[in-house]
This record gives sequence, structure tokens and C-alpha cells, in this order.
Amino acid sequence: MDDDPILFQYLLRLGDSPLILAQQLGAWVGKGPALEEDIALTNVGLDLLGQARLWLTCAGEVEARLGGAGRSEDELAFTRDGGEFRNLLLVEQPNGSYADTMARQFLFDTWHLLALRALLPSRDARVAAIADKAAREVAYHVERSGDWVVRLGDGTPESHARMQAAIDGLWMYTGEMFVPDAVELALIDAGVAADVRALEAPWRRHVDAVLAEATLSVPQNGWMQGGGGRGGKQGVHTEHLGHLLAEMQFLQRAYPDAQW
Amino acid sequence: MYAQMVETGVDAVRTAADMGGDERAFQARIDADIRIEPKDWMPEAYRKTLIRQMSQHAHSEIVGMLPEGNWITRAPTLKRKAILMAKVQDEGGHGLYLYSAAETLGVSRDAMTADLLSGKAKYSSIFNYPTLTWADIGAIGWLVDGAAIMNQIPLCRCSFGPYARAMVRICKEESFHQRQGYDIMLSLARGTPGQKAMAQDALDRWWWPSLMMFGPSDAESVHSAQSAAWKIKLLSNDELRQRYVDQTVPQADHLGITMPDPDLAWNADRGHYDFGAIDWAEFHAVVRGNGPCNRDRLATRVKAWEDGGWVRDAAMAHADRRAARAAAAAA
Repeated sequence: MDDDPILFQYLLRLGDSPLILAQQLGAWVGKGPALEEDIALTNVGLDLLGQARLWLTCAGEVEARLGGAGRSEDELAFTRDGGEFRNLLLVEQPNGSYADTMARQFLFDTWHLLALRALLPSRDARVAAIADKAAREVAYHVERSGDWVVRLGDGTPESHARMQAAIDGLWMYTGEMFVPDAVELALIDAGVAADVRALEAPWRRHVDAVLAEATLSVPQNGWMQGGGGRGGKQGVHTEHLGHLLAEMQFLQRAYPDAQW
Repeated sequence: MYAQMVETGVDAVRTAADMGGDERAFQARIDADIRIEPKDWMPEAYRKTLIRQMSQHAHSEIVGMLPEGNWITRAPTLKRKAILMAKVQDEGGHGLYLYSAAETLGVSRDAMTADLLSGKAKYSSIFNYPTLTWADIGAIGWLVDGAAIMNQIPLCRCSFGPYARAMVRICKEESFHQRQGYDIMLSLARGTPGQKAMAQDALDRWWWPSLMMFGPSDAESVHSAQSAAWKIKLLSNDELRQRYVDQTVPQADHLGITMPDPDLAWNADRGHYDFGAIDWAEFHAVVRGNGPCNRDRLATRVKAWEDGGWVRDAAMAHADRRAARAAAAAA
């Protein structure tokens, strides 16, 4: 398909969520609950960072072909302000405790794998190729985070309470994952984007099964943030993103003329 | 590098006359360059010294994750961020091999960790200095990993098999890290005036502490002779330090930055660089716990361990319950 301004927007959505989540996991390095966990969580972070780089590089190439700035992965990551980021609200929620981090990872990973697999038949060959590489990595992420939800849910009374509270607290950020807006709808029609409406049922099946095994309950509150086209995908974020970006972007902002 | 001032528990080097039959046979194997393996007979002092040295080395890898981890969230490009994350992860892996190798001597990882967190066990003094700028990440890779390699390459030939084999693997990764650190320094040295100043500042702060990584001078190094006889220390502190200086000065020249030592000069007669006096008072202060970051480093490790307590307990409780269910199903 021809490059299109909305494809650029869509690629940012695909790249920004793994980028922001990788940034969050980077803050755990050296501070995990056990050395093996530290190493494994860093692996997940490295995978996501690698995926983000592929998507953002692809976005920059599309932008160039459209006659735009053709920004590099670093220009896109380090010089956009919060309102220009297109990540899901879920991934910008704070690390909190290990239960919060693992609940966030589990809810996202489950969606992420479905979304990537839905991109495999994309009519845009670049999108399909990146999705294929990423899906292989994310299949392992889903297993790992689901395993931790079960261990902590079905662990001690303390870990159960912490994991239930984490799932409850993050639940309201999961709705926007399944609601396409005009950008996505146009690309779904063109056979390029994943139809996220079709992902909700399989997502719920997997999440329900894991929560049941973990002796956790599915949250009852069905209110979802980011509705009405005012969520992370449209650049309307929670307060957390600004702080995350301030830290992540500091050097590029302080030394705008430098090469690193 | 990562082990400094390791006590051997003996006042003077053991001679053949001090030794019983087992110990003479043990020393003969070492003298013949035959590796000692965990199940072989070994003197208690050798075993204890190795536990101290290897656990200190492992703790250094783990604590060493913190000063570099400090810049993961602020790395200036996505590529540099990925390289740094992978590097710090490798250090965690080195810690794991070394703890495992030390466990073959009959000490548990939990016991070694408890000694680190209580402040009883030491780790390399270098990690008690702060990483204040991005250039410090370059300087650590270039200087600290450079010094580590200098110390660890001889240890690949040390007398204790599991330690020697761990060192072979670790050295391969460390030399990769050192090149990455030097590459950061190169990009800064060739960058804007602000970046070049950042590189110089990092060298000014890390040079002397990196020289201290090799430990006290040979004259002051009371435990080295026994460790040398046991071949768990193959070159003296001063020999290693001199090799490191000789290797590193031309690298600084290539970067176009200046060593913070007015006495540094090539000595054609010796075929080595002469360098100025090391401030051993600073070294001993840092080893005793008074470095700029001793308190923060230990507090971070203690907090990670304590915050992770309920996670580890939950994982154990879940594993027990799963095993009980499997046993019930099989019955």
C-alpha cells in the first residue's frame, strides 16, 4: 500500500507502547526481587526496546517518503513532547511493586501478542515483518508474566492481596486497547492494521483463565479510561508520562546539538 | 580487580615443614599447574580464602550493576540504552556464575548475600563512586572494565577449576564491554566542547579510583604471598597496576584527553610509564565505608532484597502448593 500520513500515526502507536514499557523495565535493573528475575525482566525490556526501534525507524522512513521530516528513531523518542506520544495508557502506569509491574506486563503482553499476530497478514510487508519478529519474542513474555500472576495470586495472603489490588487498579486502562479510532479504522479497511475489536474476546478468555488459576477475581468495575477518542493512542495521557519523558529525554534536551 | 585485600587467614606463607601429607600433595598439584576441583582435598584456609575472594568478586558484579544502572533510564540514544541494559544484565549473569562457582566450596548464595547486606562482606571500592554524567558510563566501561580484565585474565589460569572456568567466560564479555565504553568516550571526545569537557571530567574523577582497584602496593599487601603460592593470585598488585597504566595512557592520548597526574611520564629505562603517588588514605576510607556512595549502594541492595521478600516467599509458597497438588493427584 502507499505510504499515508495515517500509517505514520499507526506506526507510532505500535512503537511507542513497547518503548515506554521498556523504559519502565529499565528502571528495575539491579533492583529485582532475585538475581534471576533481574536478568529475565531485563531480557523482556531489551526485546521491547528492540521492537520499538524497528517500529520507530519504519515510522521515520514513512515520514520521509511523505515529504516530512523523516525523523530518526532517536529524534522520535527523545524530542517529541508527551502529547505526541501514542502509547497505551496502561504501559505508562508506574512500576509500583513487583505485583504492579507484573500485572501491567501481563495485561499488556496478552494484548500485545494478539495484536502482533493480527498484523501478520498485513498488506504492508514492513508491518508484517516487524510483527513477525516481535510476536516470537512476545510469546515468551506472555508465558512469563502469566506465570508470575499465578505465582503471586496463588502464593501467600500478602502476595494475593497485592496482585488483586494491582489488577483492580490497572483494569480501567485496558479498555482503549480494543477501541479503534478513525486512524485505525481506515487502516483496518485497507488491510494494514490489526482489527483490535476482534481481540477483546480472546484477550478476556486468556486473562480470565490466568486469573482463575491465580485464584484472583476479574474486576467488576467496567469503567474504562481513554474513551471517546481521548486516550493514549490519541496523545491524551496520564500525569505519569511527562515525568517518564523528562528523565528519558534529558540528555537530548540538554545537549540538542550533540551526537552520542 | 573485583577482589581487593582478600584475607588468607595465615600469617606467613606455609612451608613444606608446616604441612601434613595431604597438604603437601595439594601444594604439589598446584605447583604442577593441576587444577583443584571442588571434591578434591584442600586446606581449610585455601577454601575460606577462595570463598572470600569469589564472593567478593560476585558481590562486586551485583553492586556494580547500580552505578551503571543509574543511567539506563537516561541513556542518550535508544542504541546506547540497549547496549547499557545488556551490559548491566551481563554483570548480573557474572554474579550468578561466580556465586554458583563459590557454592561448590560449600557456602550458599543466601549466606553470601546475607554477608553482603550486613556489611560484613566487601565488594570492590570502585563502585562506591558516583556516576554523575553520561561520560561516567563511558569511563566505567573503558577504565573499570579495563582494570577488571587486566586482573581477571591471569585468573583464567588460577588453581581452582570452577573459578578459572568462570573467569574465561567473564573475560570474553568484559572485553566487549570495554570496547563499548571506549566507544562512548570516543564519541564524546569527538563531540561538542561540552561533550569533550564531560569526557575529561569523567577521566579526572575515575582515573585514580581505577588505579586503586588493584589493591594496596605490594609492600603493604600482607596476604598476597600465600595467595600467590596457592595460585589464586598470579601477578602482584603493582605488576597488574603497571600493566594497566601502560595500556591505558596511550588510549587516553588517542582520545585527546589528559590523565589527571602531573607525574605521569614515559620512562625509557624501565620501559614503563612512571606515575604519581596514589592517595591510599582515600582508598582505605572507601574500603572502611566512607566513600561517596557506600551507604547508598548498600541501602539500595538491602531495599531490593527486602522489597523482594514477599515475592520470593510467594514463589516458594506457590511451588510448595503446586508440588503438594501434584503429589495428591499422583496418589
